[in-house]
Amino acid sequence: MQKFERLTAIAAPLPLINVDTDMIIPKQYLKTIKRTGLGVALFDEMRYDANGDEVPDFVLNRAPWRDAEILVAGANFGCGSSREHAPWALEDFGIRCIIAPSFADIFHNNCFKNGILPVVLPQAQVDALMQDAEQGGNARLTVDLEKQVVVGADGTEYPFEIDPFKKHCLMEGLDDIGLTLGRAAEIESFESRLAAERPWV
Amino acid sequence: MSPKTLYDKIWDAHLVHEDEDGTALLYIDRHLVHEVTSPQAFEGLRLAGRAVRAPERTIAVPDHNVPTSADRADRIDDEQSRIQVEALDRNAREFGVVYYPVSDVRQGIVHIIGPEQGWTLPGMTVVCGDSHTSTHGAFGALAHGIGTSEVEHVLATQTLITRKSKNMKVEVTGKLPPGVTAKDITLSIIGKTGTAGGTGHVIEYCGEAIRSLSMEGRMTLCNMAIEGGARAGLIAPDETTFDYVAGRPHAPKGAAWEAALAWWKTLHSDADAHWDKVVTLDASEIVPVVTWGTSPEDVVPITGAVPDPDSFADGKAESAKRALEYMGLAPGTPLSEIDIDTVFIGSCTNARIEDLRAAAEVVKGRKVKEGVRAMIVPGSGLVRAQAEEEGLADIFKEAGFDWRLAGCSMCLGMNPDQLSPGERCAATSNRNFEGRQGRGGRTHLMSPAMAAAAAVTGRLTDVRELT
Repeated sequence: MQKFERLTAIAAPLPLINVDTDMIIPKQYLKTIKRTGLGVALFDEMRYDANGDEVPDFVLNRAPWRDAEILVAGANFGCGSSREHAPWALEDFGIRCIIAPSFADIFHNNCFKNGILPVVLPQAQVDALMQDAEQGGNARLTVDLEKQVVVGADGTEYPFEIDPFKKHCLMEGLDDIGLTLGRAAEIESFESRLAAERPWV
Repeated sequence: MSPKTLYDKIWDAHLVHEDEDGTALLYIDRHLVHEVTSPQAFEGLRLAGRAVRAPERTIAVPDHNVPTSADRADRIDDEQSRIQVEALDRNAREFGVVYYPVSDVRQGIVHIIGPEQGWTLPGMTVVCGDSHTSTHGAFGALAHGIGTSEVEHVLATQTLITRKSKNMKVEVTGKLPPGVTAKDITLSIIGKTGTAGGTGHVIEYCGEAIRSLSMEGRMTLCNMAIEGGARAGLIAPDETTFDYVAGRPHAPKGAAWEAALAWWKTLHSDADAHWDKVVTLDASEIVPVVTWGTSPEDVVPITGAVPDPDSFADGKAESAKRALEYMGLAPGTPLSEIDIDTVFIGSCTNARIEDLRAAAEVVKGRKVKEGVRAMIVPGSGLVRAQAEEEGLADIFKEAGFDWRLAGCSMCLGMNPDQLSPGERCAATSNRNFEGRQGRGGRTHLMSPAMAAAAAVTGRLTDVRELT
């Protein structure tokens, strides 16, 4: 997994609430058996018309937001399905950080498994950053995971909270499975207890 | 001992390890697997030379991509769908997990066959790479969706790295009025709390109206806990649960049953347990509802009208305008004047035998309105067989419904069952997102009885007018 430490980049404004996983990547792209190459499908139904041509006024089709690495969005971002194709598509497009007032649970988890940092900030602060994002290349945002702070274009600092374990894994690019297999003895002892106490399971 | 909620008790019984910062390793009793969210996980195992730790706790079935037409066993025309189903077939056999292929009569939607086969039992932890895993909470099991990286993690370790959620109680007091179903309860709850109302929480549903629901109704309710943003939904197991579970192929038998039952009976929230959030609804105030927009929280009584976007606060107005434009609806239009093109009765929300019975009761002796495409997709091969035995299939066929084979079908448009742009559908599924049932498709969510009523009249209809 890619590490995430510090990022200064163009942020794309997406001022919609309840951006769901079907919007982020619709079902026809879920038929792949790979994780890669899904960036072209990101926000497919908003980004392309029925003929497959780009919708010119969709933010990610416009300069400079084509090169955005940060997304600023409304509440409950990523609601809906568990499809990890959503963060795969975001990551493949080049988005490494999403800032919103809230995220749906499963999507939030999935981001951390793919080197993407979801940042939760209060609505008023997201609104301020949304204004920065609308200025495109003239108002780059900085996201510093180590210091847990987003820095707006005018230098305003917005501190954010994050689960310490997830922060650690993201900063080091750690593989969860490797970490858990280090606890194999504890899993085995749990399984012995389970076999004794709840043998029907 | 301090008082505990049901969620606390299941959590404690599955804790392998907990760090001081709250990061926990939770043991997983059942891992359900389908073809869409698993290929990359199996590939990851293969690349790392890892095995499936507990293949006997891992149950695989293809459901999202499989066509629901009679000739599907011989051919899946869509190449990518076929490759995905074949990949599951190969992975299931190579890694030795429990497997129900397309040709097996027990095949069906993963969240329907888990309970049907007795894999899902009270007090278990159940995960699946699918958000509607919350369905299994109906048994008093802690059940939720996970992403593909987590699927790989569970395959390799039979555990999940997670943190404890908060406890939320949703109490539905009193008795449900006639014509009002579990689907109306679940939609009404989401209408009240919003799609993020449960975020960070595990919901326990309780109260007289919940107790009186059958297992099918409870599964419908918990199925949509995720639509309310919750990590999971739970209902404490009781006699209704035990009666449903008894005798299922993978349920415990004999002495094991007695031992299991003794533990299951301890699985309820203690009287003075702490709740972080409490929501109460009066069942007598719940009416048959439908959705008007593109979020499951866009709920209105069938007797109402399409709302005015400007009546919403907090940034919802913009989303509501966008939703009405997508849905092709004008504010103020009475719901009962909205014509529909298609009726879809199916999905992990509402494709169990009781759902089909409810739909058949409305349809019996009536015909599908001319010009309406109406389909019934049973949730499993066994539900289908039972419906045929009970004569329900004949009622549907005589009325002009298309009687399909089991699968996810038109709930999510990954198989040939899809809406065309602009096509308006009365659906018993769980999501009305833009493009969910096919690009440009317009979805109105409702109960099976309401969908059946819409099929007969050709418009959104209050089922109480037909009974």
